[in-house]
Amino acid sequence: MVRPLPIVRNEKMNLLIIIFIIAFSVTCFFFGKSQIKKIASINQFKPKALPHFYGFYLSLWCALPALLIVLLWTIFEPFIVKYFIISSLEQTSSENSEQLNLTYQKIKSFYLGTFGGSAPDAIKIGAAKYASFISIAQNAKIVLILTTVIGFLLIAFKKIKNNIHAREGVELIFKIVLIVSSVIAILTTAGIIFSLLLESIKFFSQINFFDFLFGLEWSPQKAFVRDASVALTAEQSKELGKAFGAIPLFAGTGFIALIAMSVAVPIGLFSAIYLAEYASPMLRKFGKPVIEILAGIPTVVYGFFAALTVGPLIKGVGDTFGLEVSSESALAAGLVMGVMIIPFVSSLSDDVINAVPQSLREGSYALGATKSETIRQVVLPAALPGIIGSILLAVSRAIGETMIVVMAAGLAANLTINPLDSTTTITTQIVMILVGDQEFTSAKTQAAFALGLTLFAVTLILNFIALRVVNKYREKYD
Amino acid sequence: MTKEQRLQKRYASEKRFKSYGIISICLALTFVALLVFKVLSEGSSAFVKTSIQLELNFDHKLLNTSKQPTKEEIEDIDFYDFTLQHILKVFPTSNRDEEKQLIKLFTSDFEFEVKKYFKANSDILNKVITLNITASSDLDQLHKGNYQRDIPENRRKISNFQLKIYDQLLEKKKINKVFNNYFFTNGDSRNPEIAGIGGSMLGSFFSILVCLIISFPIALLAAVYLEEFAPKNKFTDFIEININNLAAVPSIVFGLLGLGILLNVFELPRSTSLVGGITLALMTLPRIIIPCRASLKAVPPSIREAALAVGASKVQSVIHHVVPLAMPGTLSGTIIGLAQALGETAPLLLIGMVAFVVQVPGSPLDPSASLPVQVFLWSESAERGFVEKTSATIMVLLGFLIIMNSIAVYARQKFEKKWI
Repeated sequence: MVRPLPIVRNEKMNLLIIIFIIAFSVTCFFFGKSQIKKIASINQFKPKALPHFYGFYLSLWCALPALLIVLLWTIFEPFIVKYFIISSLEQTSSENSEQLNLTYQKIKSFYLGTFGGSAPDAIKIGAAKYASFISIAQNAKIVLILTTVIGFLLIAFKKIKNNIHAREGVELIFKIVLIVSSVIAILTTAGIIFSLLLESIKFFSQINFFDFLFGLEWSPQKAFVRDASVALTAEQSKELGKAFGAIPLFAGTGFIALIAMSVAVPIGLFSAIYLAEYASPMLRKFGKPVIEILAGIPTVVYGFFAALTVGPLIKGVGDTFGLEVSSESALAAGLVMGVMIIPFVSSLSDDVINAVPQSLREGSYALGATKSETIRQVVLPAALPGIIGSILLAVSRAIGETMIVVMAAGLAANLTINPLDSTTTITTQIVMILVGDQEFTSAKTQAAFALGLTLFAVTLILNFIALRVVNKYREKYD
Repeated sequence: MTKEQRLQKRYASEKRFKSYGIISICLALTFVALLVFKVLSEGSSAFVKTSIQLELNFDHKLLNTSKQPTKEEIEDIDFYDFTLQHILKVFPTSNRDEEKQLIKLFTSDFEFEVKKYFKANSDILNKVITLNITASSDLDQLHKGNYQRDIPENRRKISNFQLKIYDQLLEKKKINKVFNNYFFTNGDSRNPEIAGIGGSMLGSFFSILVCLIISFPIALLAAVYLEEFAPKNKFTDFIEININNLAAVPSIVFGLLGLGILLNVFELPRSTSLVGGITLALMTLPRIIIPCRASLKAVPPSIREAALAVGASKVQSVIHHVVPLAMPGTLSGTIIGLAQALGETAPLLLIGMVAFVVQVPGSPLDPSASLPVQVFLWSESAERGFVEKTSATIMVLLGFLIIMNSIAVYARQKFEKKWI
């Protein structure tokens, strides 16, 4: 049986349709603009808006509903076709839903021509069915879009003839578009939470929540070697439950973040103080952007530097003192991460210190305090909440940082407080688990999403507190 | 303690405190300098490659073809065998092992180089031409001085015999350095001498393009809504909290979003710059909305009021006056956001843009890598030839970032109006 070729690939079809819609609506704009004058002179009325608003009115009503349909269709078509194929498969075979899903994937890849090897007849028949569904869907889509475009055009044109308030109509559409754009931020958050929860719930149905949160051993590879189709014995599942203890990861993440903060906080804070209090305007103008360059360097570059320069350097120094240093030491990753975070501490602290009113400083000078005494005993206490806020933001940055630790920190989950030893972090494990081939039914893969959920929750709380604190104290003295 | 001593002590502590600040700034600057120095010193050599002059006799008998070959016949010519004969003449030896070592001094792609040259210049048939053939990575590194010659042979990547040929070629001035065009045009490869960033540059370009197309209009519209139209209520507050928090969410979480929603639910093609671009767009969106809002806010209310006073509607005042005046700020904010997206690696790892892609992508729907991912991939490779390539890729990446940021700063300073 020969594979029926699709007439036009779906993506190209969509592109053609979108181009058609846009071209048509542009024509409609000029049509509406010229028609309103004619209609007005024939029917003897004064248009209620400028001619080009009638053009916009027509072209928006032509394009927007049709584009919305294209979007919704593109999103939902695969699900509907999948539903039809799977329900037709269900009638003929006795496979369970997971196997049916696999068959569906095979049919799809056969249809797209990416199927390796020779396919059994069932798949070929399925692919033919799939192709016919797709071509029906494609034709239906074209017909539907043509009718919407023309239908809405007629309705809009009739309204123009009745001399409606075209400007108000156009502005209403514009405002709706504005609202939809800003709701996308909410949708993104919802999407993040949904995608994280979806897999995490599956994970926690296999692994006890408290075993995950408080377990001391992290060895997810145990879940990977297991054959998914064989049911677990009680002992195995108990062992599996113990393999996902995330405490070593939390400890490693916290430890590396601690090293990073012990580099970033003093350096960042002192440079902020110097730039805000001591530096001449010239130096300030030059120094601040230079420190902010550190924030603009991609993290993969820091990772490269940590793994290939700082790591070997620390190992070399350690070896000369007879210390045993891992080539993927927590120290190397932490130090470089600290440098990356300096601008986050310094830039925000600088703002906060500048917001402390001059009168406080002058009062202190009047009592005979030196500049450093004023800074230590008056300015810093006044700016403290804001500085703490900026440090919290930096901590959240350090926890979520990925590339430096992926490239420079280790993979083994050691529970250690020796900075020369190798340790691993949440983000490293997520990358290690999800890069390469994934088995989405495996607890190991789902564990990555559970880790992601933890990361998201922790950074969200930190950011929330920090942003509130910073915003509150940034303008407190104004 | 006398009064003077105490004063001395206080002044000393003042000096100390001030010096801490200077030391901190110097430390930060030193680090920038170190990083730049390391990248420059290691990477600059990757922009040139070593090539070997090879005399090729394009005799039609040697090419095993007719006197006036047609296009099909040219396609059929075995350039591998043809070039091999000439390579073996460089240093005649009867030892099979030594012959292999000789061949290994040239790139594994030599037949394609000769074929390409021959097809481009069809008049060279039956002539003797001297061609520059790319050398293998090992010879390249030796010529650039990255290999030590005086260590025992079994620890060297280049054998004594190969060294002998190299010295002889050097003496005859047949080895020279030329511009490394492969680095900018080729895709990834297992052989360092023909590996390039052409594929990943295009991959980055496509994903940034997709990111721009999605994020800029949405961000601008959202900023206009929040700054100009949104009523002060709980819903607006909720949107604002969402945007501020999204801007600080770790980038890897957006990778999980792309993997969980775009790849698993919507089944978009893996490893493509389309998915990469959408993921980056979602990540960049809040980071563009914030500067866009700031620049809309900076437009003084008098502009809006003047427009309203002469009879414009609220929408007209915004579209005709406020948004154009805020454009320099919004554009520079967008460019800075895109520059951040260009350097982002972690989310791309999760949606599969780490695949080993030899083919240069032709559209956003082809599998591809991106520049930062290429840095990550090559930095994992132990081969000496890839080390300089990693640094060179970083140089290219940083170059793009510097250009984008300078455009942003220039656009703001040149076109932004200062309101008094």
